Amino acid sequence: MTALADRLFEGADWDFPTLQRIHDACEGIARSELGLETYPNQIEVITAEQMLDAYSSVGMPLFYKHWSFGKHFAHQETFYRKGLMGLSYEIVINSSPCISYLMEENTATMQTLVIAHAAFGHNHFFKNNYLFKQWTDAEGILDYLDFAKSYVAQCEERHGRQEVERTLDAAHALMSHGIDRYPGKKKLDLRAEEKRAEERRSHEARAFNDLWRTIPTGPTKSAETLNIERRRKLLGLPQENLLYFLEKTAPRLQPWQRELLRIVRHIAQYFYPQGQTKVMNEGTATYVHYRIMTRLHEQNRISDGNFLEFLQSHTNVVFQPGFDNPHFSGFNPYALGFAMMQDIERIVSKPDDEDREWFPDVAGTGDVMAALRDIWANYRDESFIGQFLSPRLMRQMRIFHLHDDPEESAGIRVDAIHDERGYRRIRRELARQYDVGLIDANIEVVDVDLAGDRRLMLRHSVLKGAQLNEADAKRVLQHLADLWSYDVSLVEVDDKGVVLKEYVVNPRTMAAVA
Amino acid sequence: MHIVDRRLNPGGKSLENRQRFLRRAKALVQDAVKQSSQDRDIKGVLEGGEVRIPLDGMNEPRFRREGGTRDMVLPGNKKFVEGDLLPRSGQGTAKSSGPGEGDGEDSFRFVLSRDEFMDLFLDDLELPDLAKRKLADAESEGLRRAGYTTSGSPANISVNRTVRLALARRVALRRPRADAIVRLEAEIADSDEARRIQLTAEIDALKAKLRRIPFIDPIDIRYRQFETVPKPVAQAVMFCLMDVSGSMSEHMKDLAKRFYMLLYVFLTRRYRHVEIVFIRHTDRAEEVDEQTFFHGPASGGTLVSSALVAMHEIVRSRFRPSDWNIYAAQASDGDNSGSDADAVSRLLTEMILPVSQFFAYLEVREAGGSTFDTSDSSLWTLYQQLRAAGTPLSMRKVSERSEIFPVFHDLFQRRRKQEKVP
Repeated sequence: MTALADRLFEGADWDFPTLQRIHDACEGIARSELGLETYPNQIEVITAEQMLDAYSSVGMPLFYKHWSFGKHFAHQETFYRKGLMGLSYEIVINSSPCISYLMEENTATMQTLVIAHAAFGHNHFFKNNYLFKQWTDAEGILDYLDFAKSYVAQCEERHGRQEVERTLDAAHALMSHGIDRYPGKKKLDLRAEEKRAEERRSHEARAFNDLWRTIPTGPTKSAETLNIERRRKLLGLPQENLLYFLEKTAPRLQPWQRELLRIVRHIAQYFYPQGQTKVMNEGTATYVHYRIMTRLHEQNRISDGNFLEFLQSHTNVVFQPGFDNPHFSGFNPYALGFAMMQDIERIVSKPDDEDREWFPDVAGTGDVMAALRDIWANYRDESFIGQFLSPRLMRQMRIFHLHDDPEESAGIRVDAIHDERGYRRIRRELARQYDVGLIDANIEVVDVDLAGDRRLMLRHSVLKGAQLNEADAKRVLQHLADLWSYDVSLVEVDDKGVVLKEYVVNPRTMAAVA
Repeated sequence: MHIVDRRLNPGGKSLENRQRFLRRAKALVQDAVKQSSQDRDIKGVLEGGEVRIPLDGMNEPRFRREGGTRDMVLPGNKKFVEGDLLPRSGQGTAKSSGPGEGDGEDSFRFVLSRDEFMDLFLDDLELPDLAKRKLADAESEGLRRAGYTTSGSPANISVNRTVRLALARRVALRRPRADAIVRLEAEIADSDEARRIQLTAEIDALKAKLRRIPFIDPIDIRYRQFETVPKPVAQAVMFCLMDVSGSMSEHMKDLAKRFYMLLYVFLTRRYRHVEIVFIRHTDRAEEVDEQTFFHGPASGGTLVSSALVAMHEIVRSRFRPSDWNIYAAQASDGDNSGSDADAVSRLLTEMILPVSQFFAYLEVREAGGSTFDTSDSSLWTLYQQLRAAGTPLSMRKVSERSEIFPVFHDLFQRRRKQEKVP
C-alpha cells in the first residue's frame, strides 16, 4: 500500500492540489534527469469555449481586434460544433513566465501529459533555442501585445474603425513579407566608431605605399549609375522586408499608420522562429513528455491504467500515415520530430557501424541528454534534418523523393528512395522543404522612381518556375499600392533574368488623400 | 509555479471580432439569411443556424506560388524504385494536399446564433428600429411577492407581520400589559400604608420594564419582498388563412410567408406558447400542414367564407377564446365570388372578430405592381366597410417585402391601447 500513497492521482479526476503535485513531480524529473532549464511556469485552466477564443487570436491571450479573427472564430466554431474537429489539448505561449493552457475537460492523465509536454518540453525549447533567443523577447511579449491592443483601440477611436481596418487589412496581406531574416548590423556607439577610425588610420599608415596610386581603377562610372547607386543606398535597397520599407519610406502614411505596420511586423517577427522549428519544437516536447511519463510510471507514481491511457493518446499524436493514406497531409511534425529524437538517443547510446560513419560527432558519446540539449539549442528544422536524419530512420519510414516536372509528360519521376544512393539526396531534399528561405516567395523592393512618378518597383525571383497566383497577387499588390499611395509594379523574373510576367497596380485611395 | 483558474473569466472574448466580421460581411450574410429563411418553416425562423456565404471580398490574400517543378518527400514507399515514372492520372496518390485549406476557399460556412439571425432577418424586412427593439426584447416583467425581509423601503413595511412578531416578542419577554398597571393603581387607592408602598414599588418596577421592552422594536420590523418575474404566460393561436387558387403566384405566397413569419416572431415574443393553424382555401377550405400550405397544388374557385367557417369550427372545437388569444392573418389576391360577400361579412362580424385579438388582411400583389392603377378588389371593398364599423381589422396591400411591416405598425398601436385593459 505504500506504493499507492505515492500515486499522484487515481482515476481521471483532478483538482488544483493534484495539478501542483503533478507539476512538482514533472519538474523533479525534468531538472534532475533531463537537465532541462525552463522559464517559470504559469498554468491556466480554461474551458473549451476559451480555447476556441484563443485559437482565433493565434493562441495569444490578448490581441487587438480585427474582423479576420472573428472569421476564423466563426469557422472553427462551426467545425467544432459539428464534431469535425477536436480541440488541441494545450496551447503554450513563448513568454516569461511561460503560460500553458489546460482544458478543464482533460483527465488527470492528460493534464500530466500536457504539463510535461508544454510546461517543460516547449518551455525548455523556447528558452534555449538560438532562434528564439535571437528573435523573440519572452519577457516583453505580453506587455507588447497589451500595448498593441490599446494602441489599435485608440486609433480606432481617433481615426475611425474603417480607416484602421483598411490599414490592418493591408498589413496582414503583407505579413509574410514583414520579417527581417537576418539580424541587422549593430549601430556602433561613438566610442567604438572612434576606435575603428583610429584603427583604419593606423592601418593606412602602416600599409602606405605610393605604388597603389598608379594602379588603374577601371572605367569610371557614369553619373547616372552613381546616382542610382546612391539612391539605392539611401533607401536601403534592395529590401525584402516590405512592411519595414513601407513603414520607413512610404511617402503619405500617417504616423499612426506607420505604427500599425510596425505592430504587425513585430508580431510576424515574433512568430518567425516558430515557423522554422515546428518539427524540432514538437519533437522536443513529445520526447520530453514521453521520458517524463515513462519515468513517472516506473516510479509507480501513475498507475498502469493511466499509463495505458497516456500511451494511447501518445500513439495518436505520433501517428504518421503513409502518402497513400487518405488521412495523409504531409509529414506530421510530432511523428518526425519524436522519431528523430529517439533515433538520436539510440545513436548516442547504442550506435552501430553505420551510425559511426554517418554521425561521428555524437555516435557512442553516451550522454544522451547532453547531446540532445545541444541539438535543441543550436539547430532549426532545416539544419536539424539536414544533419541528423539517419539512414535507418529513412528506411524505417520508407521515405522517398518525387520530382514533378510539368514538362515531363510521361509522369512524375521517383528521384530517390531509401537506398545507399538515395539517402543523402532524400535528406537534402527534405531539409530543403523546411528551409524558411524557400517557403515564402522571394519578393524584394528593388527601386523607386524618385525622379518620375514615384512608382515602387518590386521583383519576384521565380524559383523552379513557381509563379504567383494571379488573383491573390493582384489583391496583395492593391493593398501595397494603397499603402504606398502611388503606382506599384511587380515583375516576375526567372533565374536567367527573363521577365515572365509584369503587374502594375494603381492605388485606390489616391483621390481621397489628394 | 502558478496555477490560475481562468474558467470563470468572462467568456465571449471573440464576440467583438465576430461582430466585426458580421458587420463587414453584412450584405453577404443578409443574402444568405434571406435565402435560408425562404427554405425554413415558419417556426424555424427563430432558431439561428448555419449559413454559407461566398468568400469573395472576405478573403485575406497572401502572395502564393503555384505551378513550376515540384519536389516532394513522402513517407510510406511500398514498391517504388529510383527512376520509376508514375503516371499523372493517379495524381490522387502522389499529390500531397495542403492542410485542409481546399474546402474553405470558395465559400465559407458558419453558424449564426439565434439573435444574430433574427437581427439580420428583421433588418431585411426594413423594420424601423423601435419596432425591432420591441420584437427583439425579452418579454416584459412583472413583480411577484417573495416572502419578507428585514430590510427594505418604508413603503414596503408589512404591518401585519411586524405586529405579529412584536406581539410574540412581548409575550416572550413578559412585557407588562397596560391594564395590569391600571389595576394596581386602582388598588393603591383603597389599601393601607404597607400595602401601598409595596404596590408603588411593584408599579415602578413594571413601568421600568415597560420602558425597557418597547412595544415595537426595530428587530420586529419586516418588509415585503418582491422579485421580478416574467409576466404570466398566456397562450396564443395564430390562424394562417390563404387563398391558394390558381391566381396566387409564388411571389405572392412568399410575401404571405414573410408576413406569417413576422407575425409568428411577434407572437412568440409576447406569448410563451404559440400554436399555428394553417387553413387554405379555394372554394373549399381545409386545414393542412405547413408544407402543403405553401407548396401543395390546388385549384378551384374562390370562396373566402369557406375558410372562415373552417376557422370558426376549429376555434370552437380546440381553442376556447377564454383560454387562448386568437390571431388571424389572411392572405389573398382579393378575388372573391360576389355572392359570398354577405356570408363573409356575417361570419366576420358575428363569429370571428368578436373572439379575435386581431385580424390582419394582407392583399398580396405581383412585384412592381403599382398600388394606384387597379381598382379595389371585391374583398378589399368588403373589409373596408367592416373596418369602418370599428372592428379589430387591419388591412394592407403589399407587393414588396418592405411593405409588410406597416401592417404590424397597426398591430402595435392597437396592442398599446388594449394593454390598459387587464
